[in-house]
Amino acid sequence: MPTLPIVLIVLAIAVAAYLLARSRAQRAAAREGRRLHSLPNYYGWTGALYAAGPALLLLAVWLVAQPVATRMAVWPVLEAEAAPNAQPALLMADVQRLAAGIDAAVASGRVPAAEAGDIPAEELRELMAGQGVALGSDVTPATRQAALRWRGLSAGGDLARTLAVIGLALVGAAFGVSRAKPDFRARNAVETAMRGTLIGAALLAILTTVGIVLALIFNTIEFFRLYPAAEFFFGSTWSPSFGGGSELGILPLLWGTLYISIIALLVAVPIGLFAAIYLAEYAHKNVRSWAKPMLEMLAGIPTIVYGLFALLTVGPLLVDLFGRNGALGVNWMQGGTAVMTAGLVMGIMLIPFVSSLSDDIINAVPQSLRDGSLGLGATRSETVRQVVLPAALPGIVGAVLLAASRAIGETMIVVLGAGAAARLSMNPFDAMTTVTAKIVSQLTGDADFSSPEALVAFALGMTLFVITLALNVVALWIVRRYREQYE
Amino acid sequence: MTDITDSAAQPERRETGRSILEADARTKKRNRAETRFKAYGIAALGVGGLFLIALLWAILSNGLTAFTQTYVQLDVPLIEEKLDKDGDRDPAKIAKVSTFGYNPLIEQALVELVEREGLETELEPKALTKMLSGAAAADIRDRVLANPELIGQTVSFEVLASSRVDGYLKGRVSRESLARDKNLDAEHLDLIDALQQTGAVEKRFNWAFITGADASDSRPEQAGIGVAMLGSLFMMLVVLVLSLPIGVAASIYLEEFAPQNRLTDLIEVNISNLAAVPSIVFGILGLAVFIQFMHLPQSAPLVGGLVLTLMTLPTIIISTRAALKAVPPSIRDAALGVGASKMQSVMHHVLPLAMPGILTGTILGLAQALGETAPLLLIGMVGYIATNYPDGVAEGFLAPNSAMPAQIYEWAKRADPAFYERAWGGIIVLLVFLLAMNLLAILLRRRFERRW
Repeated sequence: MPTLPIVLIVLAIAVAAYLLARSRAQRAAAREGRRLHSLPNYYGWTGALYAAGPALLLLAVWLVAQPVATRMAVWPVLEAEAAPNAQPALLMADVQRLAAGIDAAVASGRVPAAEAGDIPAEELRELMAGQGVALGSDVTPATRQAALRWRGLSAGGDLARTLAVIGLALVGAAFGVSRAKPDFRARNAVETAMRGTLIGAALLAILTTVGIVLALIFNTIEFFRLYPAAEFFFGSTWSPSFGGGSELGILPLLWGTLYISIIALLVAVPIGLFAAIYLAEYAHKNVRSWAKPMLEMLAGIPTIVYGLFALLTVGPLLVDLFGRNGALGVNWMQGGTAVMTAGLVMGIMLIPFVSSLSDDIINAVPQSLRDGSLGLGATRSETVRQVVLPAALPGIVGAVLLAASRAIGETMIVVLGAGAAARLSMNPFDAMTTVTAKIVSQLTGDADFSSPEALVAFALGMTLFVITLALNVVALWIVRRYREQYE
Repeated sequence: MTDITDSAAQPERRETGRSILEADARTKKRNRAETRFKAYGIAALGVGGLFLIALLWAILSNGLTAFTQTYVQLDVPLIEEKLDKDGDRDPAKIAKVSTFGYNPLIEQALVELVEREGLETELEPKALTKMLSGAAAADIRDRVLANPELIGQTVSFEVLASSRVDGYLKGRVSRESLARDKNLDAEHLDLIDALQQTGAVEKRFNWAFITGADASDSRPEQAGIGVAMLGSLFMMLVVLVLSLPIGVAASIYLEEFAPQNRLTDLIEVNISNLAAVPSIVFGILGLAVFIQFMHLPQSAPLVGGLVLTLMTLPTIIISTRAALKAVPPSIRDAALGVGASKMQSVMHHVLPLAMPGILTGTILGLAQALGETAPLLLIGMVGYIATNYPDGVAEGFLAPNSAMPAQIYEWAKRADPAFYERAWGGIIVLLVFLLAMNLLAILLRRRFERRW
């Protein structure tokens, strides 16, 4: 039986258990007055939880475990005849597709269910083609055998799963209902379960991190098995070719990333910082009330918009200025996509990021410091430069580092605005590319995940993850370590 | 105090010859520095505002034209011999006539149109059809298939003009740029000018852009963002349904129940780090876990929704915790004091009071997710041309689809500049949604926010 009906049946059992347990508790209460420990609803909930909880848990575990177990059971059939250098994963994928194809053929009535096991291997491929199932290689007798075995095992497993899950739900319901007695502390039981759910939700954050790290690490290890790590980290050429013989050095990508980020920070930090200083120290309340949301609007605009702005507006504008026949008469720029284009636009994107973080930090500097400085006769700007900024410096450095981590991880602006050529050049008007842009270009399309050209994206992602994480940790550390403690 | 001043000798009048009302050079310098410093601040703010205006201007000036489209009013003779030889109006037989069968009719209609308006042109009848979209024949065919009774009559259709003609009327295509273009000649433009005078060619509001599906590379005039909008809608449903309960549950645990221990610290550090992880890394996670490992379908809104859920969870958790923190402890104490359990005090009293803040944070998180593009690129939502509406709700979640930002990216990558207009137009649609969501969040905050 498919998963959804099973879930619905289990839920129906849970509802029944809820009603039964509650009415049982109510009857007991009617008989014995106020001796019920909890409100009747809590007894109902206990019943429902006992019915649905274990059963759904079992279902989830089973859904994950069954394919793994089946794979292990079927593999011996294939192993004997598999070519020594064949990849088990690919072979198994074929077997699975074949089994699914036969199932589909039986379901659509093209093959009678009883004869499904008797189709010779030669006819299977044709049958699969008719079903729209594409197979990686020819159907060998071993594959056919394995697929049939797979079908048999899955069918048995599915039946066992249905029975086990529904059986467990019924047992749980019976147990839950039987516990609905006045002296049972139903509320405590329900609250323990709720608390467990809350903890589970909070643990999802850890699970996500673990998922990211595992996904990156496994594929990165796989990549380094196919491609030497030293050449990846120290190679200065990036020229992937899916035909083989590609050079995958990360240095040009790192350089592009760094260059674009530096330009972005050169734009964003002065503008953002001065805007923050003005808003915090000089601006009238009215000015602040419209200027701050205005800057924050820049932060709310999706990065794809900035990407398009770079590609279609800023790029052509820069070419008009710096390109061939440009207004400045300097033939520096060949095309609209360049480090400068992406850097400028990314800088615009980062302005609100820098300004709102700095604004908070400057506002956190106690007023008494300003008053003291002004009282000694310093002008406002002297106060800002010599008192407020030094006090706020750790926070501002932290904000700049966070902005840098944003710039390094930014994808859409560089994908659209920076170009695709990986090169080590000093000219900011050259097209260059970044780590994120190459992750996108290596992983989009129908590349299979076993070639080094696709797997390199995971190694790039790992590098990116480590760099941004390190920047964040350092930023937080600086803020904590050097923060002046007032009062 | 007064004694001292009195008894002290008269302060020696410094004979500097300067009054305090008269600024000396150093003070002037300092004041100039002050003015300069302030000017830097104003300039920075001005530059920020300028960037915003430039951005909005680029979006509006390039994108608004996507909301109008050029149509040609055409009286097409639906000749019976060509479309239905046997004359029995059998839909199966009519369906056998492909769009090629309709092209001669359109040609004839165009020639008649030119003659009726009393215009002269040197163009061959065949060349005239270049003024129309490639979709025109398919459009007419669909109308005929829907209503076979039309055959034999001369029916007035509004068909799409080709993207070059459309671009000419919108000022994107000029006579000079046509010199290198084999799709349209200057003679066509003369004709278009004349036809526009008579009203046979006109620009109209483009509903098809808002409701329509994406079109192939060669028909930018037909492309719309409607299907991608649906894809985004399904994705946002997944994000809402998953991230709201999970985010609220996690926040309640961290804010109300978590003991001070290593595990809690670990969770907190994880959440703040996840909030700073680049979005593309979440795309890699989605690709590796949901598609490679769990074999969920590529390009499906379900997968996109799952990835965006993981990405927005930290945002929602952070804002929900702030909302919970804002509920004063007296509420909790009062509930506990009348005998509620800790769980009851949170669920019955704290959570309802924090709900407006939680919803505001969730809406802002959704807005962030709606505009996110990078993770969608990795799970295959680009390169898929969303030409069909999903057939049902299940299809909506599981069938390949695009999403608004992915669709915009797709258009931006295409070679024909006519698609750029669509991309900018798509951005306007996207921004309208974001603006609406932000306004809703602000209204919620204004309406329900309580200060204790």
